[in-house]
Amino acid sequence: METAAFWILAVLAVASGLAVFRLGSMARVTFALLASFLCAAGEVLLLGLAYLGVVIVLMMVMELVVMAVFMVMFMMNPAGLMPMAMLHNRRGALALAIGTFGLLAAGIVLVDWPARAGRPPTDATFALGKALMGPQMLTMMTLGIVLFATIVATVVLGTQRGRYDRFGEDLERHRPDDPVRGGVDS
Amino acid sequence: MSASAPVWSVALLPAVLAGAALATAALDAALDRGGAVAAPLREAARLLVAQPRVTVAADRLLWRVGIVTLPVAAVLAGLVLPLGFRSVADLEVGVVWFNALEVFAWAAVWLVGWGPNSPFALVGGYRFVAQGLAYELPHMFALITAALGAESLRVGEIVAAQSGLWFVVWMPVAFVLYVLSAMAMAFWGPFDHPVATDAAGGAAAELAGVDRLVFQAGRWILLVAAVALAVPLFLGGGHGPLLPPWAWTAVKTAALLALVVWLRRRLPTLRMERYMELAWVVLVPLAILQALVVAIVVLVA
Repeated sequence: METAAFWILAVLAVASGLAVFRLGSMARVTFALLASFLCAAGEVLLLGLAYLGVVIVLMMVMELVVMAVFMVMFMMNPAGLMPMAMLHNRRGALALAIGTFGLLAAGIVLVDWPARAGRPPTDATFALGKALMGPQMLTMMTLGIVLFATIVATVVLGTQRGRYDRFGEDLERHRPDDPVRGGVDS
Repeated sequence: MSASAPVWSVALLPAVLAGAALATAALDAALDRGGAVAAPLREAARLLVAQPRVTVAADRLLWRVGIVTLPVAAVLAGLVLPLGFRSVADLEVGVVWFNALEVFAWAAVWLVGWGPNSPFALVGGYRFVAQGLAYELPHMFALITAALGAESLRVGEIVAAQSGLWFVVWMPVAFVLYVLSAMAMAFWGPFDHPVATDAAGGAAAELAGVDRLVFQAGRWILLVAAVALAVPLFLGGGHGPLLPPWAWTAVKTAALLALVVWLRRRLPTLRMERYMELAWVVLVPLAILQALVVAIVVLVA
C-alpha cells in the first residue's frame, strides 16, 4: 500500500515536473510546479513526518500563488497566447541537469551507507521543534534575521514612496500625502 | 476525551457541512428585504438547469480546477472539526492541516479569476491574492496562539484544555483576529471586494450554471468551516452545562455564524489595500503581543 502510494506520487511528481517545461502558459506552468511540490509533500507524509508534510503543502500553495502573479507579470508569454518555451540555454542546462543527476545517482549507489542507529521518535513534530529550538537555534536565528533583512531590503528597494514623500521634506505634515486616502495614519 | 469518529463519518462530513452552509445561506436570504428562506434552494435549482457560460480563449482546465478546488478544500479542512469531542480525523497536526487546506482558497479564487479570460474576473482573482496576503499572517498568529495555549496542535487537545476556562477569555485579541480572517478567507462581509459588484462580480463574474453553483457552495462551506473552527479553538468546543457536547458545538457555531451573517449587513466593503495596511501595521503587532502574553502565561503556569 505504502509502496504503491510512493510510486504513484513519485511518477506524478516527475510527470508534473516535466509538464513545467512542456506547457505553453505561465499559469499552467506555475500550477504544474505546484502539483509536483504537492506530490513531494505526499512523499514526506508517507515518511511519517506529518508536520513537515503539511507545512510543505501550506507554504507551497501560498508561495506558488504569489509566484504565479510574478511569473505572469515578468514572463514573455503570460497567457499562452504567443509561442513560448520554458527552455533556455539548452546545451548548458542539459549538461548541468545530466551531470547533477549522475552525481546524485552515483552517490546513492557508491556511498557506504551506515546502518541505522537509534529509532524514529514517537512524536516527530515534537522532536523537530526541540531540534530547531535547541541545538539548531543559532542556525534558525541567523536564517530568520537574514530572511527578515532580505524582506526589508526588498521593500526599501521596491517602494516608490518613502516617508519624505508622504510626510514632506522635514516630516512636517501630520497627515501623509498618499495617492490613496484612508490609511492607518490619516 | 477527544477521539476520531468511525470511518463512515467521512461520508457524513460533506453532508453535514453542506447542510450547515445551506442553513447559513437561508438565514442570510431571509434577512434580505422580501427574502425567503427557500431562496438558496431555488437559486441552486435554477443554476443546475442553467447553461454554464463559455468565454473566448478560456483556460477551461485551470478554470474548472479552481471551481472544484474551493468546495473540496473546504470539506477536507472540515476533517479536523470536532462535533462535541469527536472529529472525523483528530490529526496530530490538526491546526496546521486546517491552515494548509484553507490556503487552497488562494489558488482556487485566483484560478477562477484567471480561467475565463475576462478582465473583471481577473481583477477579482488578483484582489483575493492581495487580500490573502493581508489576512493570512494575523490568521496564522491567531491559530498558533490557540495551539500555544493548549501546548498542542491537535484540535481535540485544544478543546480539552478549555474544560475550565475558554480561550476567548484570556486571548480575546486572537479570537477577534481569527473571526476577521475567517470572514476574509471566505471573501465574506466587509471583505467581499474580490467578488464585489464594482467589478461586475469580480472573480465570479463569468460563472454561470453548475460552475457558479459549485463555486458558491464552496464559498459557503468555506465560511462555515472557517467560522466553525473558532468554536473548538476559542469557545470551548463541546464544553458547557446541561446540553450534550454535540449540541453545545452546534449552538456555538450557529451563534457565531449568525453574528458573521449579521456583520456583513452592518459593514461596508473594505478595499483590500486598506485592510492590508491595517493588517500589517496594527493587527500583526497585536497578534504577536497576544501570542507573547499567552506564551508567558503558559511558561509561568
